[in-house]
Amino acid sequence: MDQVRQIKIARLPSLILAAALSSGATFAQVNLGGVWQNQLDEDFPDRLAGPELGDYAGLPINAADRLRGETWDASLLTLPEYQCRVHPADYASAFADIRIWEEYDRDTQNLVAIHLHHFAWGTERTIWMDGRPHPPEYALHTAMGFSTGKWEGDILTVTTDHLKEGWFRRNGLARSDRAVVTEHFIRHENGLTWVTVVNDPAYLVEPLYRSRDYVFSVAGQIAPYPCESVEEIIRPKEAIPHHLPGTNSFLKEYQAKHGIPEEAAMGGPETMYPEYRSKLAGAGAGPAK
Amino acid sequence: MRNLSSAPRLAVTLLALPGLAGAQPAGPPQGGAPEDFANVEIHTLKTQGHVFMLVGAGGNISVQVGKDGVLMVDAEYPQLSGKILAAIRRISDGPIRYIVNTHYHADHTSGNQNLRKVGSTIAGGNVAGDLGAEASEGASVIAHNNVLGRMSGALGKAAAMPQDAWPTDTYVGDEKKLWFNDEGVEIIHVPSAHTDGDSIVYFRKSDVISTGDLFVTTSYPIIDVAAGGTINGYLDGLQKIVDLIVPVYGQEGGTLVIPGHGRLCDLGDVLNYREMATIIRDRVQDMIKKGMTLEQVKAAKPTFDYDPLYGTTTGFWTTDRFVEAVYQTLLPNKERGDGKK
Repeated sequence: MDQVRQIKIARLPSLILAAALSSGATFAQVNLGGVWQNQLDEDFPDRLAGPELGDYAGLPINAADRLRGETWDASLLTLPEYQCRVHPADYASAFADIRIWEEYDRDTQNLVAIHLHHFAWGTERTIWMDGRPHPPEYALHTAMGFSTGKWEGDILTVTTDHLKEGWFRRNGLARSDRAVVTEHFIRHENGLTWVTVVNDPAYLVEPLYRSRDYVFSVAGQIAPYPCESVEEIIRPKEAIPHHLPGTNSFLKEYQAKHGIPEEAAMGGPETMYPEYRSKLAGAGAGPAK
Repeated sequence: MRNLSSAPRLAVTLLALPGLAGAQPAGPPQGGAPEDFANVEIHTLKTQGHVFMLVGAGGNISVQVGKDGVLMVDAEYPQLSGKILAAIRRISDGPIRYIVNTHYHADHTSGNQNLRKVGSTIAGGNVAGDLGAEASEGASVIAHNNVLGRMSGALGKAAAMPQDAWPTDTYVGDEKKLWFNDEGVEIIHVPSAHTDGDSIVYFRKSDVISTGDLFVTTSYPIIDVAAGGTINGYLDGLQKIVDLIVPVYGQEGGTLVIPGHGRLCDLGDVLNYREMATIIRDRVQDMIKKGMTLEQVKAAKPTFDYDPLYGTTTGFWTTDRFVEAVYQTLLPNKERGDGKK
């Protein structure tokens, strides 16, 4: 055995050790796998009880989206074909527990994908981690969209496009199918923070940021979520419930109930920021009657 | 029986002919044609089952392939025929047997004349030995009878398109059915919608619907009023598409939908589009009931909330033209004066 080979063999154990120690850092900085319980202490009324009609406060929507909301009729959800419509990927984080699991290539042990199952409507997402490109624009759009992820330190950052039209808030504020969503999954021991940033060139003036918190559940289980449409109201099948512009009498209820000025309730980018309170106070704005 | 293997050779020959791909028929003016066809690429997307979607510069093309050969839905522009044929040859070397036209507009039909020549009819192929090679020449071009009327100039005021591009096999009832490549193919007429000769094509086993311009994702509904299109007929067409779709869950998966223009879709997309078109129809209808003129309706912006998705002030199908079409076809019969209901 010559000297060079002896050196190589001598170094082999340390190389293997180094590879073993670094493999986690190379392919997945943090293990996100497991069942995570949704924490509802943030934005509770908006999330579980559901947003009130006419409450667009704090959302950076444009005037067109505001009109979508003002003319939306909740009775739309009674149509059979709308009853099992799933919450889109960028909204689903609001509600319930999730299960995350990782998919590895058996031979290389490279992380191929991270999968996410959501209790509500049993939706499942795949976040591709193998560097594959996004599909062409003419490919199908879905409620979950097409997602690719990358590790930025210990943060999993996900980019999602190919989304179907969804909603910023489930009271009629539409999110377009042109939106691109960036997400950050941040694990801190048994906690997980899921940050969602929605960019929608059609209906947002500024990006919409949301954060949701989860706690790891050692024995967590997720129940099935079957949904079957039924005929709730007999009506012509071509009928689409909606309000003609200016005729939705329910829009003022939220403002009156909570003492929110109409200007604030109608949302827009300005209403996102803390200084908006002082502006309203300075203007002497009172609640809508 | 005719030797089917000659079809690929013919295709190669066609591609090699420099003048053929540039043959431009005269016809009704169509918007959306690219200024430079040389830069147009034909993209191919597998949908499901036997059906592919070709995306180029005109209307989307659906291509169904299998042991019987190739069935196309629409044919785009003749300047692109060579590229379209090359794209088809990458997924099948079978003969083009059928071209189904969803309606008469040139961005969907003017490629007929080139692409049908490289195909052959099944009947012609079977009897070519007795009747001569001419009997099998050209694929069958199937369309509703009003498409033939429009393309030949018998209906309407538009100039006739070249005879080589006309349908060779028309139907006048509610539908025409074929069995091709191991599946039923339903060609379903929707009256007075985008035009007066619209067809949607339903591939039953593949579970794919090719809608023509009865559903698009790139603009407001295009209603060719001069050719018999109406907003209510258009909505009936969208409902017909919805009725054919069975999703896997909620509004997704299951039946896939190839629109006349735009991306591949499924039920949720068609529902969103139907919702938009219905809401705008209802708003304009309400304004007409209030006695508003067309100019007043346009000034009221009944499309305002959907303009970020579908509105435009340029091109051939502006928001104003859409509102005009909706308004015109909702006017009471006596005010419109064209005798239509």
